[in-house]
Amino acid sequence: MALSDKDRIFRNLYGFQPWNLDAARRRGNWDGTAAILAKGRDAIIEEVKNSGLRGRGGAGFPTGMKWSFMPKQSDGRPSYLVVNADESEPGTCKDRDIIRHDPHTLIEGCLIAGFAMGAVAGYIYIRGEYYNESVVLEAAIQEAYDAGLLGRNACGSGYDFDLYVHRGAGAYICGEETALIESLEGKKGMPRLKPPFPAAVGLYGCPTTVNNVETIAVVPEIMRRGADWFASFGRPKNSGTKIFCIQGHVNKPCNVEAEMSIPMRELIERYAGGVRGGWDNLLCVIPGGSSTPLLPKHICDDVLMDFDALREHKSGLGTAGVIVMDKSTDVIKAIARLSAFYKHESCGQCTPCREGMGWVKRMMDRMVEGNAEIEEIDVLENVTRRIEGHTICALADGGVWPVQGLIRHYRPLMEERIQAYKARHQRLAAE
Amino acid sequence: MSAPQHEEPASFAFDAESEAKIATIIRRYPEGKQASAVIPLLYVAQKQMGRQTGSAWVPRVAMDVIAERLGMPPIRVYEVATFYFMFNTRPIGRYHLQVCGTTPCMLRGSDEVLRACKDAGGLKGYGDTSADGNFTLTEVECLGACVNAPVLQVDDDYYEDLDYESTVRLIEALKRGERPKPGSAIGRHSSEAAGGATALTGAEQD
Amino acid sequence: MAKVTVDGIEVEVPNGASVLQACEAAGKEIPRFCYHERLSVAGNCRMCLVEVERAPKPVASCAYPVADGMKVFTDTPVVRNARRGVMEFLLINHPLDCPICDQGGECDLQDQAYAYGHDTSRYGEPKRAVKDKDIGPLIKTVMTRCIQCTRCVRFAAEVAGTPELGGTNRGENMEIGTYVEKALTSELSGNLIDICPVGALTSRPYAFVSRPWELTKTDSIDVLDAVGANIRVDARGPEVLRIIPRINEAVNEEWMADRGRFSFDGLKRRRLDRPWVRKDGKLVAATWPEAFAAIATRLAALPPERIGAIAGALADAESTLVLKELMAAYGSNNLDCRDDFAAIDAGRPDFWRFNTTIAGIEEADALLIIGSDVRREAPVLNARIRKRWTAGKFPVGFVGPRGVDLTYPARHMGEGPAAMRAFSETLKAAQKPMIILGRGALRRPDGPAVLAAAWSLAADVGALKPDWHGFNLLHLFGGQVGALELGFVSGKPLAEMLAGGVGALWLLNADGFDPARIAADTFVIYQGHHGDAMASRADVILPGAAYTEKDATWVNTEGRAQRGHRAIFPPGEAKEDWRIIRAFSEGVGKALPYDDIGAIRARLAEVSPVFARVGEVARTGCADITGPAAGGEVSDAPFVLPIPVYHQADVISRASEVMATCAAVYGPQPALAAE
Repeated sequence: MALSDKDRIFRNLYGFQPWNLDAARRRGNWDGTAAILAKGRDAIIEEVKNSGLRGRGGAGFPTGMKWSFMPKQSDGRPSYLVVNADESEPGTCKDRDIIRHDPHTLIEGCLIAGFAMGAVAGYIYIRGEYYNESVVLEAAIQEAYDAGLLGRNACGSGYDFDLYVHRGAGAYICGEETALIESLEGKKGMPRLKPPFPAAVGLYGCPTTVNNVETIAVVPEIMRRGADWFASFGRPKNSGTKIFCIQGHVNKPCNVEAEMSIPMRELIERYAGGVRGGWDNLLCVIPGGSSTPLLPKHICDDVLMDFDALREHKSGLGTAGVIVMDKSTDVIKAIARLSAFYKHESCGQCTPCREGMGWVKRMMDRMVEGNAEIEEIDVLENVTRRIEGHTICALADGGVWPVQGLIRHYRPLMEERIQAYKARHQRLAAE
Repeated sequence: MSAPQHEEPASFAFDAESEAKIATIIRRYPEGKQASAVIPLLYVAQKQMGRQTGSAWVPRVAMDVIAERLGMPPIRVYEVATFYFMFNTRPIGRYHLQVCGTTPCMLRGSDEVLRACKDAGGLKGYGDTSADGNFTLTEVECLGACVNAPVLQVDDDYYEDLDYESTVRLIEALKRGERPKPGSAIGRHSSEAAGGATALTGAEQD
Repeated sequence: MAKVTVDGIEVEVPNGASVLQACEAAGKEIPRFCYHERLSVAGNCRMCLVEVERAPKPVASCAYPVADGMKVFTDTPVVRNARRGVMEFLLINHPLDCPICDQGGECDLQDQAYAYGHDTSRYGEPKRAVKDKDIGPLIKTVMTRCIQCTRCVRFAAEVAGTPELGGTNRGENMEIGTYVEKALTSELSGNLIDICPVGALTSRPYAFVSRPWELTKTDSIDVLDAVGANIRVDARGPEVLRIIPRINEAVNEEWMADRGRFSFDGLKRRRLDRPWVRKDGKLVAATWPEAFAAIATRLAALPPERIGAIAGALADAESTLVLKELMAAYGSNNLDCRDDFAAIDAGRPDFWRFNTTIAGIEEADALLIIGSDVRREAPVLNARIRKRWTAGKFPVGFVGPRGVDLTYPARHMGEGPAAMRAFSETLKAAQKPMIILGRGALRRPDGPAVLAAAWSLAADVGALKPDWHGFNLLHLFGGQVGALELGFVSGKPLAEMLAGGVGALWLLNADGFDPARIAADTFVIYQGHHGDAMASRADVILPGAAYTEKDATWVNTEGRAQRGHRAIFPPGEAKEDWRIIRAFSEGVGKALPYDDIGAIRARLAEVSPVFARVGEVARTGCADITGPAAGGEVSDAPFVLPIPVYHQADVISRASEVMATCAAVYGPQPALAAE
């Protein structure tokens, strides 16, 4: 059964209606928020835990548990909520729609989440390129302030909560939560060593929770309709609805909110008009944004779109950016371009990532041409293993997984490319 | 590119419009945490340069002014200005053409967008500024509008669902001093499926 | 304490210690590049990865806190593979120019490559090249060699307090530098050479000079300020080729100041390498017997009270003692070691010492600095103050010229003595307040009154307690305190001696005053090593040895006696200073009873307990709050700093071409330039 519109949380995902407060209220946002807050911190966290909500930013960490790490009692330091709107994972464009078309879902979510973790303020860190989106978001926040929904005695709850927008300036790494905090503090976005974790020492040295936009924006609806309603979608531990970004070689690329655990093929065919040239023309799919290893067609045929099913195939749900490639694709080139991306976005802090990403990128460029030795595929694979797991943050891991996925599934193609190159050049040399 | 190799202005001062903006920015951060405002102030400086000179970039003297304003050592501002890709530490053209070249756009024809930029903009390639000073061409990484790929960002605005012809039309319009409406070049409202939304159709709404 | 098992060896380390520290406690060596125990933890090189039980991936041991019961493994296939990987990544873009790299032989990267490197490279792509940076006359950069460990960035920001270095751009394009080309303004910049683990930052004066294994290494003491930094003098044949610091936690930790590090080329220039005697108004070269005869004749013609001696900034303790005893043999007690006219009260050691001690600064909780630019008078001691400031809750007040940047915030209370008391409330509120009085603040007509006022301020704010001594005099050079400890202040004071109060004046390394102040008919014996201004006033010049050229004892501003050893021989006919005086005494029939330095040192220990506990300092509280004799009123005159040009402050640095280059680049201090 396809998800029906009434079970969609983002009822204005496409911006067919205005984003403003009046329209948002008509859609059901900000309905009974004070009553939700009146349930108290523990009850809210419990409800979120029961809903099975897992972080929508890529890692899939249980949200309620993350909130529970925040100190119950302040030691004198304020606590902060930070919203990660640095949506930069190639293939991901869902938070953009929430912010520009349905900002009040996020703003109300910030208030509830901030209340649940005892935060004095929230900062929404939005990627710098989303300038127009930030303008909408700031205007929506101002509406909320003007309506008494934010600020002193927010929603008449007796709770004071300020919410600010902070723009990034073009750095994928700032999507990593500690790099984001560094950036918000006015420094280069270089991830911090952990421990200490942000819940203990985060923004300005204070307890901080960083959540993705979509994670926060679904919370009000969970509170209104109940954990059971949310958990009724998807398989256990993979519950809820989820915005998928379906793109690449599909007939009708789109964002869509669907239920978790939907079969990939159904997702693509129902919402995105199917693969260009038909399902049999499918080569492979990157299922969850650039960091998740690609899946060749035979896996795509019946794989479910959730955390656990994709992990079983050594890939992941990630940010649910579904990049579809049909048989016309030069898959080596497609992955090589991702290697270029990760090289460009490495912050330069850790040796393996700083030095290794350039190496991988240059080798991948030669693999596209076939200008390599067969044995260099093993060197490439080995270099990715020497990068993986050896850095402060996961950028490097996410950067090498696509290459590992390519080698895992398309090694014969890479060898063929090398042999063709050799044959071509031997012929040239002979002539 | 460690040190500036172009002509740097001798001085920089925020104008009244910038100062008004700065006043609202500084208020967002707690007392003693003004360094948080470094990225916003770099934007303010870059915007002001665009307003005043037609080239939106951040000269080194502006970084020094920001360091002074926020009580930071200048080197910390230089670090930030060079770390983040959106700050132009050298002059650029009147319009900044930022072609997304990452895989999702590549799969949908970003090479054609690039070719159109070069042809219509009179640009040799990435990093180039056109002889008439109108355009600077930059390859950017994923802009986060992948279901509307390929995407070209002109200054702050996203132009989506482009192909060679529509990109050429866009650039010609810019040359004429027009600012075409941002968004899809093929008539999509936003991120709904092309040719008609496949969800939120209103069909089952009460 | 936490029990940690490292490779099966159980150790106990304090809670909060890092895994790396636990590994070291277990005797396991952990390779590292970015980690430096005196800098904040960066954790970026990834060389120190180890496995920790139940951790999903290897952890950076430098940054990972220990936990009770933790099991650590430092030598597993996972760890070895990780380190080999890091080493490979570091080397792919590192030039293979070890044969022409000055770091060669003492390079962390080179050393670790032996343990974790490959014999061949798998990297076939183009290597990165990075443009070199000009960061001043002292440090040479070869930035292609940089491994981006950021030690230098952290040193400049944290220890030196001059945040001028940073990493600009990002990813593999990240470059360490100043972005806008400029000479680093730190007086501690030479330490960047030491902390750089590779050959990216090396000594400019030492470029292509020598290999470490060719050097004779001699332990010594930096005497070009009064901190007494422990140093190693590296020489080859007759030449000092470089000076680097040794670790002494109580004194200099592992830092040293630039003037002490880079002045040594001055040891080869303007040297007094033979005796000179003035004949018919002109100095002419002489033999030792001729020089001695000229002195003997003159001294014999004078009554004892018409003979005097002055010991100066760079006089060692042994020579000072022997000179004092020579004067006694002549029946004279006209001695002064305050050759800069500083109104030091020699009545009690705690009137002239840095009583809190350098390490004790870290215990203090408020500080007032009077008339001293600590940053330029004692850079390493200033770094200790900065370290204390960085730890938090440490208000600092400053009385002296405006515009002095101490590298930490200091409230400017005023420019002259009248402002001294303006910081009293803050000092009173502290448990362990301290006052640093610059020696330069006593070089004025109201010097005795300033000294007395500073002391009584210390008494009034509770800085003088039985268990805490917060009164500190900061001296300027390595020879100044030793002479005070030896009681080289008696009889006619300096001014009287200079103004014709004596007919003959023996100057031992005394360069602190204007030679023109010496009365025209006074017979001047100058014993020293450099042909600076004072030597040209002399009637007899006795060529002595510089601090690198003799075994000698030096007393730092704390009253800590430390020994330096001879690294090279003095040039020409110059001799160790105590031997010169001893030889003279024998020639005039007043032979002093010292046949070797051991005999002098035994005597030193009798004269002052300071010399009986070499290397140590007896830190005490203040047993007696009675202050120095007041002697008049303080004036309102602003304090004037004693060292106008940091790089040229003594006879050695004034002879150094390297220091002359620095002086030209950096110019006078802004506070003084404004006058």
